[in-house]
Amino acid sequence: MIVMRERSIVPGIVLLLLAAWFGFAVALANHYGLDVSFGISTGLQAAIAAIAGIVGAVYFLVSDNLGPSLKAARLLVVLGIACFLLGSWYGLFVAPPEKFMGQVQRIMYVHVPTAWNGLLAITFGFVCACVFLFKSDWKWDARLEASIEVGVLLSFLLCCQGAIWAKPTWGVWWDWDPRLTTTAVLVFAFLGILALRRFVEDPLRRAVWSSVATIIAYVDVPIVYFSVKWWNSLHQQQSSPQTVSSQFYLPLRMNAFGVLFIMTGFIMLRSRIARERVEQELAPPLPRAVEMQEAV
Amino acid sequence: MTADVMSATALTRRKTRWFMVGAFAVAAIAFVVIAAGGINKNLVYYWTPSDLYGAGDKAYGATIRLGGMVAKGSIHNLGGTSGVEFDVKDATRVVHVKSNGVPPQMFRENIGVVVEGTMTRGGYFESNRLMVSHGNDYKAPEKGHPVDKQELQRLMRSTEGLSNS
Repeated sequence: MIVMRERSIVPGIVLLLLAAWFGFAVALANHYGLDVSFGISTGLQAAIAAIAGIVGAVYFLVSDNLGPSLKAARLLVVLGIACFLLGSWYGLFVAPPEKFMGQVQRIMYVHVPTAWNGLLAITFGFVCACVFLFKSDWKWDARLEASIEVGVLLSFLLCCQGAIWAKPTWGVWWDWDPRLTTTAVLVFAFLGILALRRFVEDPLRRAVWSSVATIIAYVDVPIVYFSVKWWNSLHQQQSSPQTVSSQFYLPLRMNAFGVLFIMTGFIMLRSRIARERVEQELAPPLPRAVEMQEAV
Repeated sequence: MTADVMSATALTRRKTRWFMVGAFAVAAIAFVVIAAGGINKNLVYYWTPSDLYGAGDKAYGATIRLGGMVAKGSIHNLGGTSGVEFDVKDATRVVHVKSNGVPPQMFRENIGVVVEGTMTRGGYFESNRLMVSHGNDYKAPEKGHPVDKQELQRLMRSTEGLSNS
């Protein structure tokens, strides 16, 4: 039996709602002529949203309060899908097309949130690897497996979305540009770690080896980030609020929080599965029926 | 029994902590080698026109990538699918490029391009792969002025790698 520490979901929900409120709800209301900002400047709003979003997500990721109904994870996935639908609707039908790229630019509203959240998931996996090696606590091994799996999925989707965007703008699906190459290395490195986990039977070895491999493979994450600064590349450099029109912020942020919530819910559900598996592996085998009868 | 389990866990923990130290050491060394070592300078995705002329004889014959901006007024369509000719420039030098095939939709004057091919002794670059690069600007069109010339210039200047070459 897994002993779960019960923890209220209220603080996490409050943090995530705060993130959604200052992340995009204020701007959305403003678009329709309502002021609900309570006089807080836009810069501070963005800071509150980012911090509350990440702290809220981490609160859920380190809570064991899933219960039999998996209530918190379900709630997060539903909330995430709602944000994502709202953001996609706004991005497809309300925001204007980009001046030079036209309609194709709209793929940015999924590509950029996928990139941010994919790297966040892998970063959480890195933290899990460190904590597991430090504390030898199995729940961090389960969280590692879950976050790496979700991170690999998002990074793979990132490459596919990038290719779809690249064909009409750059003229090619793929090229061995530094950003693209380092991202491909990221996908394959962490895919390798997931494969390693499948091949190692002994739970302790599996946990230690994959944690060590995760810490080493994580080196690629800052390289992916800096690739467009260190080398000349086909991929553009990071955008900033100064280089992006304000009409494009809103769908970008809605989808960023949407993907964050969905990702958090998925990691929670997946780590529960990983945890149950490791508990089964560590538990002593049940006595066979014959032995039980003899005992009686 | 309980004491045994506890000491076993403590032993494992001490061992796994050493694994953590080892992993961090390997990761830190790898990062420092990549970030501060020569890889930054030896790994080049494309050459600018200045790099190409600076390379001398090495530039001829080999398959390389050339990156820069399409010079204003230099585009000549060779008709149909037979290709396009244009000049690629950086801050100081210009290279004439003959590219076959249909250029991507985004291809225009003053936009960043990366072409793959060879530099010929005839003094032009023969390319069979033309890629258009976009800057990090995303602008909504203004009412009545679908294309703002100044904005366009600024966008093109922001195209990566050109400002510091």
